[in-house]
Amino acid sequence: MSESTTRTAVRPTASGWLQAWLPRLVLAPSIAVSLFFVYGFMLWTFVLSLTSSRMLPSYDFVGFGQYSRLMANERWWVASTNLMLFGTLFIVICLVIGVLLAMLLDQKIRQEGALRTIYLYPMALSFIVTGVVWKWLLNPQLGIQAMVQGWGFESFRFDWIVDSDMAIYTLVIAAVWQASGFVMALFLAGLRGVDDSIVKAAQLDGASLPRIYWRVVMPCLRPVVFSAVMILAHIAIKSFDLVVALTGGGPGYATDLPATFMYTHAFNRAQIGLGSASAMLMLGGVLAILIPYLYSELRSRKHG
Amino acid sequence: MAALEIHNVRKEFGNERVLKDVSISIDSGEFLILVGPSGCGKSTLMNAIAGLEPVTSGNIYIDGEDVTWRTPAERDIAMVFQSYALYPSMTVRQNISFGLEMRKVPKAERVAAVERVADLLQIFPLLERKPAQLSGGQRQRVAMGRALAREPKVYLFDEPLSNLDAKLRVDMRTEIKKLHQRLGTTIVYVTHDQVEAMTLADCIAVMRDGHILQLGSPDEVYNNPVDMFVAGFMGSPSMNFIRATLEAAGDGYALRIATPDEDNVLLPWPSERNAAGLVEQLNKPIILGLRPEHFSEEDVRLSEQAEGTLMEAKVSVVEPTGADILLRLPLGEQEITARVGPKCAIAPGERLSLRVDMARAVLFDAETEKRLA
Repeated sequence: MSESTTRTAVRPTASGWLQAWLPRLVLAPSIAVSLFFVYGFMLWTFVLSLTSSRMLPSYDFVGFGQYSRLMANERWWVASTNLMLFGTLFIVICLVIGVLLAMLLDQKIRQEGALRTIYLYPMALSFIVTGVVWKWLLNPQLGIQAMVQGWGFESFRFDWIVDSDMAIYTLVIAAVWQASGFVMALFLAGLRGVDDSIVKAAQLDGASLPRIYWRVVMPCLRPVVFSAVMILAHIAIKSFDLVVALTGGGPGYATDLPATFMYTHAFNRAQIGLGSASAMLMLGGVLAILIPYLYSELRSRKHG
Repeated sequence: MAALEIHNVRKEFGNERVLKDVSISIDSGEFLILVGPSGCGKSTLMNAIAGLEPVTSGNIYIDGEDVTWRTPAERDIAMVFQSYALYPSMTVRQNISFGLEMRKVPKAERVAAVERVADLLQIFPLLERKPAQLSGGQRQRVAMGRALAREPKVYLFDEPLSNLDAKLRVDMRTEIKKLHQRLGTTIVYVTHDQVEAMTLADCIAVMRDGHILQLGSPDEVYNNPVDMFVAGFMGSPSMNFIRATLEAAGDGYALRIATPDEDNVLLPWPSERNAAGLVEQLNKPIILGLRPEHFSEEDVRLSEQAEGTLMEAKVSVVEPTGADILLRLPLGEQEITARVGPKCAIAPGERLSLRVDMARAVLFDAETEKRLA
């Protein structure tokens, strides 16, 4: 039996060759394209970050000079601090709201499908749309402040978007509005995966509903929390369109994030070298999150 | 006083009636088994007793107290689930003591309870493990341990053995029986396995379509089934239902089984078992119920003393099970199963004289399927 299979493998036929190579041929273009445009450009960005490129790429190498310029740049530090603040608040609030919504939706309520879709819908919008809508809502002359003042509460103030200390929180509001429904969907799927009889057993054991969730159900959802944090962290680091649409990085550069910093310097302010250096640091940030995640994923798959 | 009393319980999901006026009462320390095919409402009844599903009407009493509208936690019951339902993030020790912790039992007592249960079920070496690190049988033990830790008034077992392999199932069955004998607890046990029902129960409730068809001891249910469903459900291989005609024979009756190509088989009905309703069935089709063990092979040496009626039939299939041999014999348009001793040397195609124990035979109405005699 094995003899006959080796014999057919030794004698190549045209159709056999095609069968063996067709998958590779079909996949080759997309692999080549992604190699070139993703990894090739990553490499090019790294090369540029080592040069003194300004308006146009040049290959006048200055070592890590651009990185030290970046470290000395106050605006970069504002952007980085903003990312920390924005990222932390965004992830934490999204998780809390998502978990709560998922638990409430899991109570065998009527019209759950419709409600689920409503909560999930913001995720279907682009961040640009979210940004524009919230820009209007938060605009003191047009939005919430104007409306409440129109009701007669003249002293009501909600002008965070024009306050350089508070503007970063408007980003958090809009981003949470957009992503918490998605987190809810993740957790709802996780909750549905929890064996129903575990909850029944806990009920019989005399645990109250909050306790059942906290002590019994949530520990089962640890992998979901992990995935949610991963996904939200990526969204936070990559946040660019939301900032552009909502605040434009302003007032001043109070709501700059690394992504907008990079764009501004590389394409608006003719500082390609500095922009590339900041892009590489962002890549480092993403990898710092991604590598442990991939490592644990692959390890658990090997074990499981 | 009854430990558990279920009084006219009904349960409806929309227009579908899942439980139709179910009433059961068991004494303290009794082992009640709810048995029936899937969809018969036995699990729904179990959930109603546990309080996991509200009933539409009727009352449930535990220890004389009306618990119909109490939450599961207030009913003082413990349950072993089919899927075991162990808390995956907790160790075995935490699993067992969780119920006590939720009931604010002091720590020292909790530790003592875990020790007691671990000792009872021999799960000491497992206490620090997580459920994922246990085998099916071990999980089963832990699930029982969790129920036993609290000493509630009633234990509920929802098909606890159905996820175990055959050998382990038999072992655990014995173990549950031993535990019950030792602890004298009141147990309600749901299963679709009639062997489990026969071996474990003090009292069996056979259910179908939301009704309790028969409630009685295993012996009663097995030997005195109320209708063809109960008779067919209990026992394996199941009872033979043979179409026959009731005829008058002398003072009493006889059953004629039509066999087209040969002489009809005529089995006299024992006169001491005559029932009032039989007269109306005279010369009408009737169903004769005979369990496989009601047949035995004719032994020439014993034929003088042996009781019962002789019957001859051709063997079509021989199925040795080790302990005995199952024979399939075509009889008229149907096929019957007979259980004979392991020494019976018979080959397919041969004719065999079988002794029929008519004293244990049962008769059913061919239309209503109810028991006649």
